[in-house]
Amino acid sequence: EETLLWLRGCGPRDMVEKGTTLLKRMEISVAEAEKRTGKNAVSMQETYTVYLIETRAVDAASEGANPAPDSLWRRYSEFELLRNYLLVTYPFVVVPPLPEKRAEFVWHKLSADNMDPDFVERRRVGLENFLLRVASHPVLSNDNIFYSFLTQEQSWKEVVFETGFQAKADSRLKALNATFRVKNPDKRFAEMKHYGDELQSVISQLLRVRARVADRLYGVYKVHGNYGRVFSEWSAIEKEMGDGLQSAGHHMDAYAASVDDILEEEEHYADQLKEYLFYTEALRAVCRKHELCQFELEMAAQDLTSKKQQREELATGTVRTFSLKGMTSKLFGQETPEQREAKLKTLETQIEDGEEMVKEKNAECEEFVKNAWVDIERFKEQKDRDLKEALISYAIMQISMCKKGIQVWSNAKECFSKM
Amino acid sequence: MSAGTPKSLPSSGQKSIQEVCHPLSAEEPVLPPSPDGGSTTTTKDLSLPNGNAVDTSSPASSSSLLNRLQLDDDLDGETRDLFVTVDDPKKHVSTMETYITYRVSTKTTRTEFDLPEYSVRRRYQDFDWLRNKLEDSQPTHLIPPLPEKFVMKGVVDRFSEEFVETRRKALDKFLKRVADHPVLSFNEHFNVFLSAKDLNKRQGLALLSKMGESVKYVTGGYKLRLRPVEFAAMGDYLDVFTQKLGTIDRIAQRIIKEQSEYLVELREYGPVYSSWASSEEEALQEPLDGVAGCVANCCSALEEQTEDMSEDFLPVLREYILYIESMKNVLKKRDQVQAEYEAKLEAVAFREDKKTPVPTDVEKCQDRVECFNADLKADWDRWQNNKRQDFRQLLTGMADKNIQYYEKCLAAWESLIPLLQDKQEAKVETN
Repeated sequence: EETLLWLRGCGPRDMVEKGTTLLKRMEISVAEAEKRTGKNAVSMQETYTVYLIETRAVDAASEGANPAPDSLWRRYSEFELLRNYLLVTYPFVVVPPLPEKRAEFVWHKLSADNMDPDFVERRRVGLENFLLRVASHPVLSNDNIFYSFLTQEQSWKEVVFETGFQAKADSRLKALNATFRVKNPDKRFAEMKHYGDELQSVISQLLRVRARVADRLYGVYKVHGNYGRVFSEWSAIEKEMGDGLQSAGHHMDAYAASVDDILEEEEHYADQLKEYLFYTEALRAVCRKHELCQFELEMAAQDLTSKKQQREELATGTVRTFSLKGMTSKLFGQETPEQREAKLKTLETQIEDGEEMVKEKNAECEEFVKNAWVDIERFKEQKDRDLKEALISYAIMQISMCKKGIQVWSNAKECFSKM
Repeated sequence: MSAGTPKSLPSSGQKSIQEVCHPLSAEEPVLPPSPDGGSTTTTKDLSLPNGNAVDTSSPASSSSLLNRLQLDDDLDGETRDLFVTVDDPKKHVSTMETYITYRVSTKTTRTEFDLPEYSVRRRYQDFDWLRNKLEDSQPTHLIPPLPEKFVMKGVVDRFSEEFVETRRKALDKFLKRVADHPVLSFNEHFNVFLSAKDLNKRQGLALLSKMGESVKYVTGGYKLRLRPVEFAAMGDYLDVFTQKLGTIDRIAQRIIKEQSEYLVELREYGPVYSSWASSEEEALQEPLDGVAGCVANCCSALEEQTEDMSEDFLPVLREYILYIESMKNVLKKRDQVQAEYEAKLEAVAFREDKKTPVPTDVEKCQDRVECFNADLKADWDRWQNNKRQDFRQLLTGMADKNIQYYEKCLAAWESLIPLLQDKQEAKVETN
């Protein structure tokens, strides 16, 4: 087992240059996407997309040999399987999210069709991003199943199922969905969960409004295209003014067309926001799992206490507190000493087991808290870095849009002044 | 604000409009008008304002050169001798009504005026009176339009700053166009309008007696068979031009609407960043608040631009549509005059004795037709020039407003970048 050297991150580059993460040794990319048709589980014809994962050892490239990368094809559902496995196996990790399954928060001109080439392309980028995040994670990057996902074409699915994670997944899922109350909630985790909820709400709102803004911006730009046509028609009846009008009209057409690229670029920004929107779910999952841990510990402790109490009652023969058992034995007669002896013995074993259980659960909890908090801190720093970068690039996009606008209108102005 | 007008008029006489070259082209010479109001005989005496005879032979003659130069605003100040401005709107409240008056200031060296300077107050209906008087007394000329008379109460606030300012600009333009017109500017009603302390409308009637004869153009019942080619071309041009202006008006309105709706969404967009910032720690809080601030700046820039479009662009466009209507009416009046002449001529052609001379009233009709045609062509050319300058100004203004909008947004976003990037780099160093 490799020991992890977890170095606190300090800059944008550290995602790639961690101590022993996989990414340092291996280049990973999702190079292509292709449509396939085949028969699904119920023998119905279906069309789906597969993604080409390419990997290459880093040192191989640096030696100047430049060998061809290894590659295999995977579909979205296999990515999902991988992620579910990671979620169950590393409950204390804020597991990176996958890109959205269906296009959401779309502004109207953008296609919501899963088969749309732009959507497929953005998904390809999102999947690559997912793999890079996992491969640079100090814990996740060392997972064998992950490694096989990248390198083993055949029977990967079987290998995953062999780990038996499904069983764990089912029981965990049941537990997570059940409502339970923790007596002494850990303040830090409660705060983190609350933050996750807030972040989810605000990013959702931001994405919704942004889509509406994009819609309106599109309308403004496109209407200007009408100027192009009318200036052209008008220039036909003019003598000296004609040329200036005609050329200005061309610039208006260019202006109207420019909005497509602008909004395409902004989709990238929306995708960055979406990643963190989905990250909030992973964050919340960790907090919930901690609660579950805590709850199980509390239950074990409670159970132990009640067993100890029962032993005391039995040993002293006094009924401390009112209990139905006590009542019935009073009503229906005392037990024989042999019966009592047998009961005591069982209780003793149970108490022993119970104490073991509590010790175990306690250790589990402590371990979980330690590991989870490390990963949460890592996540927080990553989030602050990434989102700041996203905002900077958004500002740069806006600057570029303004400069384009100034250019076009300056050109048009020159044409007008020559009228 | 109004375009500089060439002092001298190209009058082509009976030539077709296609044969008359544009004043900016190198060929034909330009002929000055006679300075008295109203139309008299054709201006066969060619002389420049400075008294020299016009050299009609060489293409680079001084008159065409002068005319070319006169379209340059800078030179105009030297040749103009009448300056008119409309400003200082004031609200008047009386028991009967509330209305706005404007100050009309005049500076002039013309001998037709008693004083070199005047400052009077006029209200919209005074301008309306003037325009009607000009139309009646100068029926062969194109009178510039006034801004719309009626505004729907309840829809538009007649006393709002924006409305008053828009109207003031249009009234100013109207007077300047009249002042720049070589014939209209010498009209006696115009003189009275500019100089009389109290515009008593009855004054106008007394002045009419002198003008009476030339005013009465018969408009009864004559129908023109065929409009001459040059005037038909004008009519066609005006029809298409009206259409295009109407389209541009609709596009501009649509853009304003789309921009307003965009603004509504932007106003909701910015605050989401602020709300997000409040749940973050400093590292992310500052950038988020920064973005919210930028979006807010863009909102106010957009609001300003949209307002400018509504207040400056649309009214001028609409005013030109009215101008075109006036021009069409003048064309129609000309048709009437020609129709009358042709009818009378026909009537005479049927008389038996062909040896007796053509009666004088038919001759007078012929004169009227020729004068009208000359005046109309001259006004048409001037109008075309002014139109060119007006639209050049209007459209470059529109482009300017858009440039300014983007420049404001650019400044906001650019100021955010160094704020964010410095912090980022500093953090790397301290760790």
